Amino acid sequence: MNLLYGRERVVGYALMTLAILMIVGPFAWIFLNSLKYQVAIYTGAWVFTPTLSNYAEVLFSRRSDFAHNVGNSLIVAGITTALVLVVGTLAAYSLHRFRWSQWIATGFLGWTLIFHTIPVLTLVGPWYVIFRQLGLYDTLTALIITHVTMNLPMTIWLMMSFFKDIPLELEEAAFVDGCRPLTAFWWITLRLAIPGLIAAGILAFIFSWKEFSIALNLTSRATATVPVAIARFAQQYEVQHAQMAAAAMIATIPAIILMFLGQRFVVRGLTLGAVK
Amino acid sequence: MPSRLLDLVHNTFRYWSLLPAIVLLLVITVYPALQLLQMSVSTIEFVDGRDVWSFTPGRNIELLLSDPVLPPAILNTIIFVIVTVAVELSLGLGLAILVGRLPHGRGGARTAMILPILVPPVAIGSMWKLMYNFDFGLFNQALDGLGLGPVNWLGSTNLALISVIIVDIWHWTPFVFLILFAAVEGLPVDVIEAAQVDGATNRQITWLIVIPMLRDALAVAFIFRAIFAFKVFDEIYLLTSGGPGTATEVVNLHLYKVFFEQNQLGYGALLSVAFIAAILAFLLVSRRVTRDTTR
Repeated sequence: MNLLYGRERVVGYALMTLAILMIVGPFAWIFLNSLKYQVAIYTGAWVFTPTLSNYAEVLFSRRSDFAHNVGNSLIVAGITTALVLVVGTLAAYSLHRFRWSQWIATGFLGWTLIFHTIPVLTLVGPWYVIFRQLGLYDTLTALIITHVTMNLPMTIWLMMSFFKDIPLELEEAAFVDGCRPLTAFWWITLRLAIPGLIAAGILAFIFSWKEFSIALNLTSRATATVPVAIARFAQQYEVQHAQMAAAAMIATIPAIILMFLGQRFVVRGLTLGAVK
Repeated sequence: MPSRLLDLVHNTFRYWSLLPAIVLLLVITVYPALQLLQMSVSTIEFVDGRDVWSFTPGRNIELLLSDPVLPPAILNTIIFVIVTVAVELSLGLGLAILVGRLPHGRGGARTAMILPILVPPVAIGSMWKLMYNFDFGLFNQALDGLGLGPVNWLGSTNLALISVIIVDIWHWTPFVFLILFAAVEGLPVDVIEAAQVDGATNRQITWLIVIPMLRDALAVAFIFRAIFAFKVFDEIYLLTSGGPGTATEVVNLHLYKVFFEQNQLGYGALLSVAFIAAILAFLLVSRRVTRDTTR
């Protein structure tokens, strides 16, 4: 690119710093508030004695189910991630490697695109009816099934894009040596697609962790996930602002961890298809 | 494992690799989508925990036409989509080109910009609800420091939609930035250098070379953002729940209320079908338009 020089470069750095501060600033402000007593929030004090009491209250108080909600969210996001990686990777490999007739391949991928596009709330109504009929309404199982399905399109597209980068010659060489397709897939292609598995896994975990509209309608108090709990917090008659800030920070933790650990994987997943 | 079974596993690999995905999609998406069509011409009531269906297509259409909340919800959704997508694309494009023209700071910018995308939208809603708070929120504190009166960001009919739009712009401009910045980093250096050698000014390079070369990425960012803006739900549910009155009511939120607060599964299904049709129509039209202009 044509770089900026002199005064323009200084202005450029100032603008970029401003943009970064505008994104990070709200998180910092909420973090500060989560360390304040309710009184310090009301007075808007900038100087205050920090306390962890809000976190303790949110996580360990008998009136709060939040620790339980965190557990539900971890179970749902964890199992969803494992299942969608298995189902999605196999499907992506099958579509990439084997000759499926045109109408199956196009129909399958076209339907995942349509499903990914339509608002998930439109399907939550039928899901509600179906899961009630099956006796799965208000179970983590129902939530996991829907989260796996919701993450399936993205996982398949992402894994197909990674498989495309792996040269076919590697498997063909293995076939010459007497390897069978499944063995070649397991020992060669899958190993080379590990960066893709990490990217897809991180994204599936995050998307399940932050999913709200399905969880809101298919769970009740015992099965509620973190986003549902946060929404309940915000809608209480007497809002506990400091605890709400603490709960929001706790919900943010996985995002922060994965942002630092998996940045290069995540960017490819999020910008999938945008760059040839 | 006996070797004949193992043979079977090997020989049918091609089929069982795709099977779980197909079954999942058929059972969890295709069947419910068909059921949605059936629901849209029915009235469903729960009697003793069992669902009882009756065929009443006219009633649902009547409900759709006489729904007083629907027109403002559609209008708000259209305003929301147009304003957020326009602002997010402009800001994201400007920032991507700016960061691309600076020698340092790319990693930091990218790291910061990923954060809002990964955080639960509900947490973002509750953060902004605190910042917008009338009595002690960040904005009214700042206004107070400047000697200006407090503003009722979420509670006033005139301002609530704008406040909600600001949150969306904050939330999703980083996403547009990431898509466009990846494209900026993939730009061919030689073309820009050749233009510099030929004496093109920086402004000419930006408007006549860089932005035209970002067309494809811009088209992708536009379609992504527009479709997600149509579906906005989580943040508005948390910030205003559509209020005050219908000031921030959007179609997806209204759909939720019809389905799960008013328990009108039949009418909700009809509304869903109409909503899906509108989004798919938009997708088809915008893909055709972007294809014609980018190729």
